[in-house]
Amino acid sequence: MLIAERFIMSSQFTPNNPLPQEAKVPEEIARFSPEVEAEIERHLAKYPPERKRSAILPLMFIVQRERGGYLDPPGVAYLADRLGVRITDIWEVATFYSMINTEPVGRYHIQVCKTLSCKIMGADRITEQCSKRLGIKPGETTPDGLFSLSVVECLGSCGTAPMLQLGFDYHENLTEAKVNELLDRCQRGEYQPTVGVKTSA
Amino acid sequence: MFIGAIGCEPLQLKRVNLENSHRLDVYRKNGGYEALKKVLDGMSPDDVINEVKKSALRGRGGAGFPTGMKWSFVPKDNPKPKYVVCNADESEPGTFKDRYLMERDPHMLIEGMLIAAYALGSQTCYIYTRGEYRYLIEIADEAIREAREAGLVGEKILGTNFSCNVYTHTGAGAYICGEETALLNSLEGLRGHPRMKPPFPAVAGLYGSPTVVNNVETLTAVPDIIKMGGEAYQKLGTEKSGGTKLWSVSGHVNRPGVYELPMGYDDMEKFIMEDCGGMLNDKKLKAVIPGGSSVYIMPAADILGKDVRMDYEGLVAAGSMVGSGGFIVMDETVDVFESTKNLIEFYKHESCGWCTPCREGTDWLVKVFKRIASGEGRPEDAQLLLDICDNIEGKSFCPLGDAAAWPIQSAIKKFPEDFKRHLARLTETEGALT
Repeated sequence: MLIAERFIMSSQFTPNNPLPQEAKVPEEIARFSPEVEAEIERHLAKYPPERKRSAILPLMFIVQRERGGYLDPPGVAYLADRLGVRITDIWEVATFYSMINTEPVGRYHIQVCKTLSCKIMGADRITEQCSKRLGIKPGETTPDGLFSLSVVECLGSCGTAPMLQLGFDYHENLTEAKVNELLDRCQRGEYQPTVGVKTSA
Repeated sequence: MFIGAIGCEPLQLKRVNLENSHRLDVYRKNGGYEALKKVLDGMSPDDVINEVKKSALRGRGGAGFPTGMKWSFVPKDNPKPKYVVCNADESEPGTFKDRYLMERDPHMLIEGMLIAAYALGSQTCYIYTRGEYRYLIEIADEAIREAREAGLVGEKILGTNFSCNVYTHTGAGAYICGEETALLNSLEGLRGHPRMKPPFPAVAGLYGSPTVVNNVETLTAVPDIIKMGGEAYQKLGTEKSGGTKLWSVSGHVNRPGVYELPMGYDDMEKFIMEDCGGMLNDKKLKAVIPGGSSVYIMPAADILGKDVRMDYEGLVAAGSMVGSGGFIVMDETVDVFESTKNLIEFYKHESCGWCTPCREGTDWLVKVFKRIASGEGRPEDAQLLLDICDNIEGKSFCPLGDAAAWPIQSAIKKFPEDFKRHLARLTETEGALT
């Protein structure tokens, strides 16, 4: 047991690992408003003080929201500094999770679920409709930076298929008319996200 | 979408259709936090674990491991802090029950976690929710705030010496984080790679401390077990699988939804054809994947007229598994080669890349499926798929590898004609499928 436990501990991040200074990105570190800093503090307070790294994912969502939708180098430098880890630790985690963007994405990120239940209920039709109307293929962003289109794996909306996620909002039981209406609202700038915009408790 | 119970009184779903069911006052008016009170009023931690053992509650995340036993593995003499972690990283294709439990009845989850924490001597609970379910995190945060204000979460709960905090935590899009040790790594701020077991999380989990990881549906069953007693809960189901089970029904039925059935509900055909409103557009049933995408696919012939019992033992006898209860119904228009290709693309995307059999194997499976789909398949390709599966199954670091292999193995075995059709475009030889 002890040996196994030691293996676990040694194979993982050790708290308060001293930062080699040369690993820091020198040029710019992002700065945030007091409100955003307070939001970040609320997340950090959930974990033991020596385990700040646990807050890496919640903080990444905040940083990418504040930095125009993705983790830019100053945002990454901020996270490393705030959490007391290396720049590479941030990239290592950021590249693992599909919701963390390491490249810019459109203001309206449309993610159509493609997995089985949605697939047999017509997901391909929805993707094709979005693709045609926006003039981009999945994985691309419109030249004006307004829309990105992705096809993604199961979002847990199988009983209300087909569906897409726009930002953090679920749009379910989709029809051609519903998709058109949604895209119209985005294009007119009238679409207001309902989830994930306010600073969470 | 339908949400309700069939064949039993609604237990886990008894509040979900009430107005403002997510609010503390509604929860308390309908029996909420009575179980916590009962526990704190004189049950010892061992009493709680014993009731859960008697209830024959089995983990609802997919593996079906007896919950009481899992709890009893937590060492009592370990001086480290202990943790209770709720696995709300629901991402098994076809599964969406936890979503509605958390959307409609978040206090039931908080109460279940508090009781678990009391039984295990823990003062800290985390709810690890998949990142896409952001709105559920907002609902849970609000519920925790309400509970804290009412003295149900935090210091000296209900005036006793029991103190416990509950926190939400977000994932960020990774199926693998539903595997409990990958979830713990993710919660520590690492990539979601699974860990070597043993040691099991009960001994060395979060931050190397004793930790219990339970699914949402498992934890939300706990308050009722305490209220009615373990034995009464077990009697709702079968001897080995107590209580009720939620089934997420999707695909070609008239009434998809979340169905609460007693464990051992004895007729899958009736469930599809009557309870779920029958087949969409009166098409014929072709296949069912009863327990989330990872389990064996069942052809209609194994269901119709067969009285398939819907519990752990019954589904194994019928050639599949309960899994997460993600019940995907497919009609005669579905090509099982295509549906299997869709699933293996999922597993390739979600393989964490940690171990070679799964990382390389799922990649090769997709390549071979694509080759067949493009019309360039070779007669030996079906056998090749099975060989690759054989090199993944049981040889990968965590069960994701097995989960990728099983749908293919069962699809080729149960629906050879769908594979033959794609291969026959090239050649008259039938290779492995003869």
